[in-house]
Amino acid sequence: MATFFGEVVVAPSRAGLDEEEEAREETPEDREIRREIEKKREVDVLWTWRSGGCAEEPLVCSRFIVAIGRNAAAFLSSFILDSVCWEVVGVVKLWNEWCRTSSTTNVLPTDSFCLFYRLISDPTVLLCQCSCYVAEDQQFQWLEKVFGSMQKKGLQVTILSTCPVADYKTQESTLTLVSPFLRALKTKEFQEQVCCPLLEQPNIVRDLPAAVLSYCQVWQIPAVLYQCYTDVIKLDTVTIEAFKPLLSSKVLKSLAKDSSESTKILKKFLTTSDTHNNIYI
Amino acid sequence: MFVPCDRGGGSAAPDFKGFTLLMPAVSVGNVGQLAIDLVISTLDMTKVGYFYTDCLVPMVGNNPYATAEENSTELSINAEVYSLPSEKLVVLQIRSPFIKNKYRPFCETLLSWVKSSKCARVVLLSSSHAYQRDDEQLLGTPLRYLLTPDLEKAVGGRMKELNWKEMERVAAYPGISDTDKILHIPGGGITKLLFTESCSEGIQMAVLLKFCSEGDNIPDAFVLVNYLNEWLQLIKSESNNSTDSSSQWKIPSSWRLLFGNGLPPALF
Repeated sequence: MATFFGEVVVAPSRAGLDEEEEAREETPEDREIRREIEKKREVDVLWTWRSGGCAEEPLVCSRFIVAIGRNAAAFLSSFILDSVCWEVVGVVKLWNEWCRTSSTTNVLPTDSFCLFYRLISDPTVLLCQCSCYVAEDQQFQWLEKVFGSMQKKGLQVTILSTCPVADYKTQESTLTLVSPFLRALKTKEFQEQVCCPLLEQPNIVRDLPAAVLSYCQVWQIPAVLYQCYTDVIKLDTVTIEAFKPLLSSKVLKSLAKDSSESTKILKKFLTTSDTHNNIYI
Repeated sequence: MFVPCDRGGGSAAPDFKGFTLLMPAVSVGNVGQLAIDLVISTLDMTKVGYFYTDCLVPMVGNNPYATAEENSTELSINAEVYSLPSEKLVVLQIRSPFIKNKYRPFCETLLSWVKSSKCARVVLLSSSHAYQRDDEQLLGTPLRYLLTPDLEKAVGGRMKELNWKEMERVAAYPGISDTDKILHIPGGGITKLLFTESCSEGIQMAVLLKFCSEGDNIPDAFVLVNYLNEWLQLIKSESNNSTDSSSQWKIPSSWRLLFGNGLPPALF
């Protein structure tokens, strides 16, 4: 197939492009470059609840809520999180071609960050907002470093994420679908009621949400993933509000904030996203 | 690493001693993986565990072999193990591509599992770019096989009886006639690496592959799985024609909508 400039390019095979590269023996220089890149792409999880002298005892966690992507993170900011009941206990530092996270905890909804919060009144409730993109070679590291710090007995995980409605496979055309809408996937051990229909075949979930759910399925942790299919890729209040049915779930019901406060925060998102979306003054 | 599904007290871990391990290579057209889907779906195989690895891109979805409402909500991940003890068959299905630089670690982990679980032999279903065939390969059957020396002794004769064609070795430097002949499987993913490692580690491995191109690879999957069936006789052919058992393979429900959603009615 030809590109804009007329040169012919090879259509990528699903088999993987660089099998020849993989088969070739590595020179010492190649090995050095690969090691440097791997070091640069390492995922660092810094837990602030571990003070210098303590042994690294695992965090006892009963509920772990993970919001992946800006809209899911903004849902937690609007409806669950506040500075009174929650304290920051961890931050992830990573770099990849798409983003670099900031290690500051004073973040804007449009920043790339990955922060962990703990409920002060019940320190076994942990929440994570991950609005940065975690690349495929970093997802396993993220899993091992985050879940590796937790005692997993009695743990239940809830994952929130979004993805484009164009990825949703259905017999009808996606034009007639009313978006945004929610779909759920759950592990074998998850016995509670889900707040929306289950994700139909042949749809799949990828990236970090899939990595977390796979981990929970393999290690028999009850977990549920709520995927919001939306046609807006930026921060958007309609998409954020699509997660509202989750507030009636057993996990989030007791954590939900006052609704008037939520409306105030949502309005703030509206102005923030407008400024970033509008390229015309 | 292999993680069994059932780990409750009392249920023993599955035993694969003496079993045949059937698995795909992630290769051009995903033909091996489609063929494995047909095997699992038709033989109604039971999932016995996961192959938990950092070498494959993560993905999850609901049961791809669902036949009814009741069995449609079981979660599936990117690499799972199914078994059919009555046929001494264990199948590994791989559902996503490899992460960069992870081919070799995956091959090492896989072969170490093959050895520790004492599988008798491995059958790898794969494919190779059709456009890379030479003049001779353009004629005749697009199917090829390869056997490691240890398996050659056991089943080499059967391949001759079936009139199968062994994968040709090609000149290392095309056009120069007096160079060494090497194995070249373009588009085959980890096929060559797994095969050469198995040869050197004394593992009994057979590779069955088809030349194909990207596109609608469902017919290629049927051809490959029928080729496999000629040897392993996984399903008995009902009709008189013993080579054509296409109608007896059950297409899994996850093969719906492979080429996109329904069309918007306003288009017409």
